Amino acid sequence: MTSPLETAERPQDMKRIVIEPLTRVEGHGKVTLLQGKNRNIRQARLHITEFRGFEKFIQGRPYWELPVLVQRLCGICPVSHHLAAAKATDMIVGAGELTPTATKIRRLMHLGQTVQSHALHFFHLCSPDLLFGFDDDVQHRNITGVIEDFPDIARQGVLLRKFGQEVIRVTAGKRIHGTGAIPGGVNKSLSLDEIRYLQDDIARNIGWAQGALELLKNIISEHYEHHMQFGTIQSNMMSMVRDDGAFELYHGGLRAKAVNGDTIFDHVDYVNYNDYIRESVKDWSYMKFPFITSLGEEEGWYRVGPLARINNCDYMRMPLAETERQEFMALGNGLPVQSTMAYHWARLIELLYCTEAIAELLCDPDLVRKELRIQGNLQGSGTGVVEAPRGTLFHHYEIDERGIVEKASLIVSTTNNNQAMNESIRRVANQYLDGNRLNEALLNHVEVAIRAYDPCLSCATHAMGKMPMELNLVDASGELVDRLEKRVTGRIMRTI
Amino acid sequence: MVAQMSNIQQRNQGRKDKLIVATAPLCGCFGCHMSLLDIDERIFELVELVEFDRTPVTDIKTIGKCDIGLIEGGVANAHNVHDLREFRANCDTLVAVGSCAVTGGIPAMRNQFDLKECLEEAYIHGIGVENPHVPNDVEIPLLLDKVHPIHEVVRVDYFLPGCPPSADTFWQFLTDVAAGNEVSFPYSLIHYD
Ligand code: SF4
Repeated sequence: MTSPLETAERPQDMKRIVIEPLTRVEGHGKVTLLQGKNRNIRQARLHITEFRGFEKFIQGRPYWELPVLVQRLCGICPVSHHLAAAKATDMIVGAGELTPTATKIRRLMHLGQTVQSHALHFFHLCSPDLLFGFDDDVQHRNITGVIEDFPDIARQGVLLRKFGQEVIRVTAGKRIHGTGAIPGGVNKSLSLDEIRYLQDDIARNIGWAQGALELLKNIISEHYEHHMQFGTIQSNMMSMVRDDGAFELYHGGLRAKAVNGDTIFDHVDYVNYNDYIRESVKDWSYMKFPFITSLGEEEGWYRVGPLARINNCDYMRMPLAETERQEFMALGNGLPVQSTMAYHWARLIELLYCTEAIAELLCDPDLVRKELRIQGNLQGSGTGVVEAPRGTLFHHYEIDERGIVEKASLIVSTTNNNQAMNESIRRVANQYLDGNRLNEALLNHVEVAIRAYDPCLSCATHAMGKMPMELNLVDASGELVDRLEKRVTGRIMRTI
Repeated sequence: MVAQMSNIQQRNQGRKDKLIVATAPLCGCFGCHMSLLDIDERIFELVELVEFDRTPVTDIKTIGKCDIGLIEGGVANAHNVHDLREFRANCDTLVAVGSCAVTGGIPAMRNQFDLKECLEEAYIHGIGVENPHVPNDVEIPLLLDKVHPIHEVVRVDYFLPGCPPSADTFWQFLTDVAAGNEVSFPYSLIHYD
């Protein structure tokens, strides 16, 4: 299933086009394209060019530092790393089942995280494209433009994100890089005042989440065919589900489905994830390429995140979200929905789910109880997995008898989508670029396809936002033959 | 060339009363940028005070002349050095934002190891690694031996402490500068965590 555009033969004979920087991947990710005869695209690659080395430098640190240390991989989804590491250290301290209070506080924190991350992606990053169109003036096509032209939508986005961040602050002590989860539990429960404070806003937030979803559905339906085929690829889907198949973000087994909807594996205990997934290294990217072991590297790559989670689950426990899920699944006529742009749709169904789930959880009396922590006997290793906003996140640690980390292995959410993002770019290259002279549509389309995945390469790199770009076309001898720049005004200019 | 002129003119139009601010994430986690957004509704006031130049939330690729540059993250590869120098050259006031920019932060924990060891751990000795080898391609940038705080590479005017600095810290800083006041933080805003 890997596109033949991954690697060209005789690349030295071709024209190289580089799109750099992609700000969303911290300015250090980039796309390169090779054009052969008749301007046919022969190779397209998304390179992740950032490396930080967490796996090595946390060696020698005590295990109890992991939840606060490793979350510094990512300031956009720190809670996910905080909780994946905490779950791994629960195993390390031999905690077994946590107290209901600890589990529910963590779940609440995680729901808050998903709200803030999805709200950020939709309102702050994507709504300018969707509201103004892909070719709007660049100076205007950003959150400031939304504030000017659609102040109500901007305000809802800012306040929804704030609500998610406040849920995190109340449960973790701090909005970014908090300390709530500890090995075997949490360090505080909630007071009644805190619960009342969060409940104050909740109905309004559910309404705004519904509004965002309606807005998106209207935008998609205006150009339905276009959105459904744009950058669309056929892939396996992987996510966590609850024991009964329900949609789940915090704890459950792993499920993978094939393109035809068949189950590849189901309810896999994530502690054994290593038996099901391997990661391949390719020369040209610092981000590895995971795949399902039984299918091999070619056929076994998959997608994670909102699209996979909605496709994979049997139902959602929250009523408004469940109605939306059913409408969404009808798009696939019984098969998993494969449209890349449907990521946006699935993401907003999740946003709605999370606001509903927070409302439900805030009524739970366990949130104020004081049984916070369980301790057992130290174990040699621990694995923690959660569904982060962008997909399944794996942490695995091994320690020595003093509790010092000896080995660590992390598969961050966006890494799971590495091959898929590459394939989507190749699809876009085929659909829009093949045989053509460079044009501004290419810039826009590549940008839009990557953005649909909401890549938070913070975890492997870090950045977000719009992608200012520059394209250079260099011939085989290295000479610059063409150059396009997207300027501050939004104009695409040929600057050669 | 003509088009370029008009771009610059356009860029400066209507900006006279506002502070022009650019931001960049180098080797950090993006948490400092997130914390800036944590000013919440105050963003509606902020856009009255400042105009954003190159930042990850605008499409502006090349930095122009700016009043303030906010840098998140330390310096870990050749690209970071390049971006940082460009910011210094274009910003009247350059600010190291957060522990990573101020000290190198968590990513600088790799400094106690050889770079080679770090790469081999991730791409060769890691669990479940297929086709183990260290990525090596002209398309990916050269890593520096060590992660550096930004003041080891360029002159820095202000340091905002914290991992990340709180939204109030950002707010205090930006409103002080916009009002022409001397920047000063209460003790409660000066901390790591
Ligand atoms: S200082 Fe903290 S929040 Fe800021 S980039 Fe570094 S790790 Fe992230």
